[in-house]
Amino acid sequence: MQRSVKTLAAACAVVALAAGAGVRTAAAEDTITLGAAVSLTGKYSVNGKNTQDGYNLAAKVINEHGGVKVGGKAYQLKIVYYDDESTSARGAQLVERLISQDHVDFVLGPYGSALTKAIVPITEKYGVPMVEGNGADRGLFTKGYKYLFATLNTSDYYLRAAVSILADEAKREGRDPKSLKIAIAIENDNFSQDVRDGVEEDAKKYGMQVVIDDKLPADLNDMTATLTKVKALKPDALFISGHEKGAVLGIREVAAQRVYVPMLALTHCDSAQITEKFGKDANYAFCGSQWDSRMTYSDRWFGNPQKYAELFNATFHYEPPYQAAESTATVEVFADAIARAGSLDRAKVRDAIAATDMMTFYGPIKFDATGKNIAKSMVMYQVQDQKYVVVAPAKWATGKPIFPAPQWDKR
Amino acid sequence: MSNLTVLAGAPVLLVQLVVSGILVGAIFALVAYGMALVWGVMNIINIAQGEFVMLGGYVVFFLDRAGIAPVFGIPVAALVLYVVGIALYHTIIRRIVGRDMFTSILATFGISILLQQLANQLFSADIRTVRSGLPSLFFADGMITIPEVDLVGFAAAVVVGALLVAFLRTTRMGQAIRATAQNARAARVLGIDTDRVYATTFAINCAICGAAGGLVAMTWFIQPYLGLTYTLRSFMIVIVAGLGNLAGVIVAGAGLGVVEDLAGFVLGSEYQTAFVFMLLVVILVGRNLWLARERRSLR
Repeated sequence: MQRSVKTLAAACAVVALAAGAGVRTAAAEDTITLGAAVSLTGKYSVNGKNTQDGYNLAAKVINEHGGVKVGGKAYQLKIVYYDDESTSARGAQLVERLISQDHVDFVLGPYGSALTKAIVPITEKYGVPMVEGNGADRGLFTKGYKYLFATLNTSDYYLRAAVSILADEAKREGRDPKSLKIAIAIENDNFSQDVRDGVEEDAKKYGMQVVIDDKLPADLNDMTATLTKVKALKPDALFISGHEKGAVLGIREVAAQRVYVPMLALTHCDSAQITEKFGKDANYAFCGSQWDSRMTYSDRWFGNPQKYAELFNATFHYEPPYQAAESTATVEVFADAIARAGSLDRAKVRDAIAATDMMTFYGPIKFDATGKNIAKSMVMYQVQDQKYVVVAPAKWATGKPIFPAPQWDKR
Repeated sequence: MSNLTVLAGAPVLLVQLVVSGILVGAIFALVAYGMALVWGVMNIINIAQGEFVMLGGYVVFFLDRAGIAPVFGIPVAALVLYVVGIALYHTIIRRIVGRDMFTSILATFGISILLQQLANQLFSADIRTVRSGLPSLFFADGMITIPEVDLVGFAAAVVVGALLVAFLRTTRMGQAIRATAQNARAARVLGIDTDRVYATTFAINCAICGAAGGLVAMTWFIQPYLGLTYTLRSFMIVIVAGLGNLAGVIVAGAGLGVVEDLAGFVLGSEYQTAFVFMLLVVILVGRNLWLARERRSLR
């Protein structure tokens, strides 16, 4: 027993040495090394893989286009990964290691707000710019961080468009938005509660009345209590958010209990695959999303969103979810900013990132003083006939919203 | 408290909450009965209980994908988990029977982490569901809805419970299990192969969890990390009901479901779990006081 432990320890040491050697060669003269701790195991492993695939595709394509030119010399991008096991403490540890031991030049964000929150203090301490595409928590951008930039919309924007659609459709029917009642059932974590705050702020703006405001527990497995309240109070819209789990439970239980609401608005629909899982039962649901491959943005490296999606699919054999797209965009931001800075100096690159004003396949990117992207808007889908139809923003809409949804017996 | 007024205004909703609470609680009761069995017979608190539920769910999910309806998938899941249980017993569990309870908690905790990560590696963290294809029943103008799949879950819980009681009462192995639970040493002296008894007990528990997992996949969803919810709930049910008390477990399970639904309705979902655990504390303190009173009178 003891001997096997020793052998194991020796094997680990050899692997660690080999890995260390790998890193050292990676930091050779003509490469720019980006470091990322992403969740390859643990509860975020699906989205963690999306993030990694997004990063890898960006590095590959940018390198194929000649890499990043700094002061007349072309550099290749290289990404060093660690698995943060979906835990915050591990994430922080690994980023410290990336910076102080592996000497990466810059840091790419992890998956998710919780992990991002855990590692920002480290990147700030060392003054290493971090561009991230998967930490949408609004709280990340109120702390005065100088080296943090995000390509995505903050989470309070996920369902704001649904509130405006509700108000507009009510007006079209000749109803005053003030007469509208809404129900909120959103998970009790930072990200989801930001989604909730966005809904509440906009609902208040229109004078709507919030009749249910439930915070779903993290070990959520049944929404009967909330849905029974919805049956009793008959709100005009029900907003449910709680990552993939929330979307799955929302569709499943609303349909099984035949709870009727004129508007059901969700998040994470596409990554939870609600149309594949529930077929007709998913119809008429509104879903907030960061990105859609049908948008008509243009991109220096990928051409446009459609071409990005095709290339991604050909490389990784699945449709790119927005989690992958926004990760790809973060690498593009670095490539663009480093070239403009004309230097690998962290402070100079940081200032160049702050001055970013570019168009990507993921959408326009321009950071405000707090580091969040203020140029891009969210997409609102509605599931119609088991397909995602873009209903907002109007410029890219591929269909009109159906409101109110038909009663269950007429579906 | 406005939620109370809503409830008072439409008492029919109370019926909905109570009925769905009972139906949901039946699945918890099933898992809890397995836990009570292992705890009572082997003196092991199985922290990996929820992970067996999760594995059972995956068996039904993959069978469903291969075109085998969940109704047939559930017995298969029970069978597969029975085999898993036997394997786990012979590799790990047999080494911790009769040891300190802390050792068994630690060991089963380790198994639970291992199974979680294995499931994550093999099946990914995606959230999976099995569509039962069963409709819902409506009463009172649609104010009360009961998904038929919930009824199936309830029926399955009752049937499995009844089978288990029959097994323990009538078969040789059942009697041996009960004898071992009462006094393992005496049972050994009388020629009972307690090693086999323990293996069977543990495997039966796994099989029960496997069946419950199939029901969970049909009613809600499964993912590699759902175990803790079921471990905690069943732990709580066993604490309240006591060991070796099937009726008590079913009542406690249904009660837990009802209390959770009512608390979720009146206080809001955020206090649902908190309320249930507060209730547990109250019950434990209350029972302790009650027992202390009896102890005094004995003295």
